Amino acid sequence: MEGTSPASQAWAIQVQGLTKSFGNHLALRGIDLEVRQGEFVVIFGPNGAGKTTLIKVLATIMNPSSGRVLVNGLNLKNNAEEIRRRIGVVTHQTFLYGNLTTYENLEFYSRMYDVPRLKERIHEVVSMVGMTSRLYDRVGTLSRGMQQRLSIARSLLHKPAIMLLDEPEMGLDQPAISMLWKALEIEGEGKRTIILTTNNLERGFELGDCLLILDKGKIVYQRSTQALDLADLKQAYQHSTRLEHELLA
Amino acid sequence: MSFWRNVIAITWKDALSQMRTKELVSSVLVFTLLVIVIFNFAFGASQETMRLVAPGILWVTFAFAGVLSLNHSFILEKEEGCLEGLMVCPISREVIYVGKMLGSLLFMLIIEAIALPIFAFLFNLILSLQLVVITVLTTVGFVAVGTLFSALAVNTRAREMVLPILFLPIVVPIIICAVRASGLALSGEPWGSLSSWLQIIGAFDVIFLVVSFLIFAFVIEE
Repeated sequence: MEGTSPASQAWAIQVQGLTKSFGNHLALRGIDLEVRQGEFVVIFGPNGAGKTTLIKVLATIMNPSSGRVLVNGLNLKNNAEEIRRRIGVVTHQTFLYGNLTTYENLEFYSRMYDVPRLKERIHEVVSMVGMTSRLYDRVGTLSRGMQQRLSIARSLLHKPAIMLLDEPEMGLDQPAISMLWKALEIEGEGKRTIILTTNNLERGFELGDCLLILDKGKIVYQRSTQALDLADLKQAYQHSTRLEHELLA
Repeated sequence: MSFWRNVIAITWKDALSQMRTKELVSSVLVFTLLVIVIFNFAFGASQETMRLVAPGILWVTFAFAGVLSLNHSFILEKEEGCLEGLMVCPISREVIYVGKMLGSLLFMLIIEAIALPIFAFLFNLILSLQLVVITVLTTVGFVAVGTLFSALAVNTRAREMVLPILFLPIVVPIIICAVRASGLALSGEPWGSLSSWLQIIGAFDVIFLVVSFLIFAFVIEE
């Protein structure tokens, strides 16, 4: 049975032959990926490379067209609800309701995740992102950066072991970016596994343990940060994609 | 139990959000009352004519008011990717469907509870228990299938147009049954003469609920 062997427990995420198509368009073309527990993986790629689609499949928002995805040894096909308990998702969309207050939004998501002692936990995560003073303000009245910070708080409510971050820094100022990474650090339960998509090569290089370049739905480059420097990464990106000028200019 | 706890949380969240903005309540209510008042003036004061046309007017009004509110139901979830936010929660897709469906049902029933007495007053008709039962039963079927189509239409560009085009042909049978049953109820016929129509409406409710419940996950994931 999947998910029970010690070997599979060493992997947070295992992806084999993953494809996703939209009509005739193949967004993911046979992705193979293994992410260790506690590893920080950064995925680069030009627009339309399939980064967001990959995150959506891993987050169980989309079904894969074919292939196998295991999260903590659990097959995504049969254990989607259990997998969702273990992952936190932050994208450039906040998943927050503008007509509800900060507290009401977090209370709603806490109920969905069955968070114990939800009042205490809400205060904890809100303080992590420095939003305590705006707890009873409607989300629609907050600035974009504040909403994004709140989105990070939302994703941490259930203390997920795996974080899927799809360009989470979009709309954040420098202090908020620092707050994001601080909030994602250890919360007393071991190191989180993180998959981050970004177009910022320098930032990704600084943060990641393992770097991937995705192009036209395929992983075209994969290295550990220990085995290369930033110049190598930029060169690899130039070779791997045809849109390098957009990022490196 | 967690199924219903999560369903109630989604329904409550929708109700709270609607209460805050009031934009949907006010627009649907104004639309409903306007249609009833205009038809009242158009058909004059003849009691016989009123009894003849009233069921049709009532259900045309409720059908279009329903489309208006259902259109809005998933737009709320589309803003800031909230539907995806719900989809990454450890709940089944069916919880989302039932929660959204109950939210829309509650909203429609509130609109109907306000509109029905005004309708009866303006058309000089007696508001019977039979008419209330027909309204509630029909609204359940209407909203059951409407929630599914609303989720389908929200991902399209011309969603305001797509929903009625896809949805109204499907609900026409239940609306026709409701018109016929309401006609009998407004003529003061006994329960016995309504029973066959009520059974058909009930059967549609069950079919719409079961089918929508089963295929909702496929609709939102693809």
